[in-house]
Amino acid sequence: MAELDTSGGGGKKGGKVRSKKASTRIDLTAMVDLAFLLITFFIMATTLAKPKAMDTFWPDKTKKDVQLPVPETRTMTVLLGANDKLEWFVGAPGSATHVDNFGKNGIRKTLIEENKKIEATHAGPDNFMIVLVKASDKSTYKNFVSMLDEINIAGIKSYGVVALTPAELGLLKRDGLY
Amino acid sequence: MARIKIPRKSTAIDMTAMCDVAFLLLTFFILTAKLKQEDPLRVDVPGASIKVNVPDVDMATVTIGHSKVFFSVEGTDLRKALLEEMGKKYSISFTPAEQQKFSLIPTFGVPVNVLKQYINLTQDERKKYNQPGIPVDTTTNSELFNWIYQARIVTKNLHNKELRFAIKGDSREQYPEIQKIIDVLQKQAVNKFSLITSLNQSK
Repeated sequence: MAELDTSGGGGKKGGKVRSKKASTRIDLTAMVDLAFLLITFFIMATTLAKPKAMDTFWPDKTKKDVQLPVPETRTMTVLLGANDKLEWFVGAPGSATHVDNFGKNGIRKTLIEENKKIEATHAGPDNFMIVLVKASDKSTYKNFVSMLDEINIAGIKSYGVVALTPAELGLLKRDGLY
Repeated sequence: MARIKIPRKSTAIDMTAMCDVAFLLLTFFILTAKLKQEDPLRVDVPGASIKVNVPDVDMATVTIGHSKVFFSVEGTDLRKALLEEMGKKYSISFTPAEQQKFSLIPTFGVPVNVLKQYINLTQDERKKYNQPGIPVDTTTNSELFNWIYQARIVTKNLHNKELRFAIKGDSREQYPEIQKIIDVLQKQAVNKFSLITSLNQSK
């Protein structure tokens, strides 16, 4: 507590004149008012949720000779279509395609399962899955960011963002995602 | 009949603890919060599970929303130097007063030819002004390309550091619009940049 002990020590009996001690208790109401006013001001005028940065690395387009051959059996191609839907296939173009959703039970599950399958069927050390993200013109920025986020969460070691080919656009159109 | 007397108690409460809490909270808010910046372009940033904060210095942000592109560089000294360089590039001379004013505008989205006019507006007029966005195309001579390029040069000269880039896109924005900005960055070999997201823990 803020007040000090003002009772005074026992002292001697008798008629010594003591100065009267005033209480040190202060009325803090006004101070509390002020503090809460300032708190309110700071809550209203500031942002607490700082924006987060997702770092991305892109291939150097100015250099033409850094293309690595990618084994088709280890690649998974993800096509981002309209209406927050996507389509994926593993292997060469023309493999069976699957329509999927974004989110926990959609593409994230798929990524983790397919990655395990590929790691089991290929010899190490380079047996990780390579994901190619191909965003169509009908997909939104949100879809693209969620896709990269799912790749991060699933712990995919290698991925790239590639332009959509006409054949793949045809696939999206066939499944009504464009 | 005897009345029961209720002893009157003092209504004064001890405020010390409350005062302590209030000031503790106040200190917390002052230390953690960052002042809200008036954004001329309201953007709904997509959520992701990323927990890395956006750096505060040597940072440039390209904002895209409603097919408009806005550009911002952190730091008043950088902005001042940037305007001078852009003035040279497009042969528009900006007075020191205009440079000073420009250094206080955090985000802008006007073509270079109306930039002078935009800078000379008052703060209220600027808020009402409907900014058309910075022109972007796929050539290496678009205005956005030059803003980014000059900003990198200015940062290198003044701070001797590489300018970092972030793309702040609206979540409903169509992907080709974002691809355009990425192409502009990649054309000048900026291959590492951030996408600004908000923390989304529900997913």
